[in-house]
Amino acid sequence: MEIKEKLGWSVNEMAQNVARDIQDGAYVNLGIGMPELVAGFIPEGREVIYHTENGLLGMGAVAVPGTEDPELVNAGKKYVTAIPGAAYFHHADSFAMIRGGHIDICVLGAYQVSEEGDLANWSTGVVDAIPAVGGAMDLVAGVETIFVITKHCTKNGDPKIVKKCTYPLTGKNVVSSIYSDLAIIDVIDKRLVVRELAPGVSFEILQQQTGATLHKSKLSE
Amino acid sequence: MINKIVSNTAEAVADIFDGATIMISGFGEAGSPVELIHALVDQGARNLTVVSNNAGSGHVGLAALIENRQVGKIICSFPRTSISVVFPELYRNGEIELELVPQGTLAERIRAGGSGIPAFYTRTSVNTQLAENKELRSFNNKEYVLEKAIVADFALVKCHEADKYGNLIYNKTARNFGPVMCMAAKTTIVQARKIIEVGEIDPECVVTPGIFVHRVVEISNPADESKLVAEERRYPWK
Repeated sequence: MEIKEKLGWSVNEMAQNVARDIQDGAYVNLGIGMPELVAGFIPEGREVIYHTENGLLGMGAVAVPGTEDPELVNAGKKYVTAIPGAAYFHHADSFAMIRGGHIDICVLGAYQVSEEGDLANWSTGVVDAIPAVGGAMDLVAGVETIFVITKHCTKNGDPKIVKKCTYPLTGKNVVSSIYSDLAIIDVIDKRLVVRELAPGVSFEILQQQTGATLHKSKLSE
Repeated sequence: MINKIVSNTAEAVADIFDGATIMISGFGEAGSPVELIHALVDQGARNLTVVSNNAGSGHVGLAALIENRQVGKIICSFPRTSISVVFPELYRNGEIELELVPQGTLAERIRAGGSGIPAFYTRTSVNTQLAENKELRSFNNKEYVLEKAIVADFALVKCHEADKYGNLIYNKTARNFGPVMCMAAKTTIVQARKIIEVGEIDPECVVTPGIFVHRVVEISNPADESKLVAEERRYPWK
C-alpha cells in the first residue's frame, strides 16, 4: 500500500478538526494523550469548560514548570491549572456529571472502533497485561457525544476501524464521530458515513485502509 | 466531650486487624495518605482488602503496603501507572487478587455503601467484560447492570484542614475519593495538614461533616509521593 505519512492530516490538524465541532458553551472531557491537544485549537469566540474526572470543572492549561502543585492534577496525573470560576468536587459528584449526562462531549483515543460505533480503548486483551479501566466505560456510557481521535491504522498498518472489535469493548454503539488522519467519519444509524476526506485521500484509498464498509455522504462526494 | 484528635499515626491505626477492608483515598499521589499508610506498614496487619483508585507507585505509600505482603486483594480502577512496579509483579505471580471496577462505578459503590444503599443499577460497563456474571435489567428500554455497594472497616484519608469534631476541607484535586470513603467506613482515620479550632471552618464550606470522621491526626508536612518515587526511596526507610 502506498499510503504514507505525507498523505492526510497531521496530528495537530486532526485535533483542529475535532475542535471545530465543539460548540460554544460546551462542557467537555478530554481523554489522555492525543485528545488533550484539542484544547489548543478551539476557534476564537467560543468558550469551552473542561472537566477532568478526578474532580475539577474549569481545568486550565498545563502548569508552567516551577509552579506545579502535586494536588492539582488532571486525569492523566499531569500537573495542570484551574481557571477563574473553576470548581473542585469529589469523585462521586464528578462521575455524576459524566454518568448523569451533564457533560456534552467527550474526546477519546481508540484501539478499535467498529462499524456500529462500538469502542475498544481500555484493553488489548493481552494475557500478561495489567488490566486497568479508569473512567473510560463511565465516559462512553454517560456522555451523549463521543468523538474518537485516532490514527486511521495501527503502526503495523492494520485498520483500527473494523467490522467488529477484536479487543475487549469499552462500550457498544457509543461513538458519534471518528477523526482520523485520513477522514472524518460519522456513525449514523450504525453505519460509517464519511463526512470529509483529508487532502490527497480518495474514498477508494480510505476504504482500502478501513476494515469496515464505508458510506459516502453528500458532503464527501 | 468530643475530641477526635489523636497524637500520632501509630495510635491512629493501632486497631486495624488482619483481614480488614480498608479504603485508601487518593488519585495517584494527590490525596494519598502516605503517612497513615506507612504507619500501617509498621503496624503490620495482614491479609487486607484495599479499596483505592490506583495501586501505588515506586516503593512508598500504597506500593510499600503491597510490597510488604499485607494486601491480599485490591479493588481498584487503574492499577497500572508508568511507575507502578510492585503491584504488577505480585499480580503476575498470582500473589494478589484484583477486582477491576470502572472509576465512576467505584466512586458510586463507595457512596452507596456510605448511604445505606446496598446496590444500584448503572449503564457503565453494559456489554463489556466487566459486566459479566452481573445481573442486568432494562429500564426505559435501556439495559443497566447491578452493582453492589462497598463498605469498609477502616478508611485512611488525607485532607487539608480538620477540626476536633472531624469536619474536613480538602485541597484542590486531592479531594477525589476522600469524602465518599469517609462515609463508607466504620472507622475513618484522617491525616490533616493542619488541625484548626472548631468554628474556623465556615459551616457553608465544610466538605466532610464530622459525623463521618472518627480520628484525626496532624501531619503538617506530608510527604510528596512523586518526590520519594523519583528519589527511589523505599519504605520502611533504610
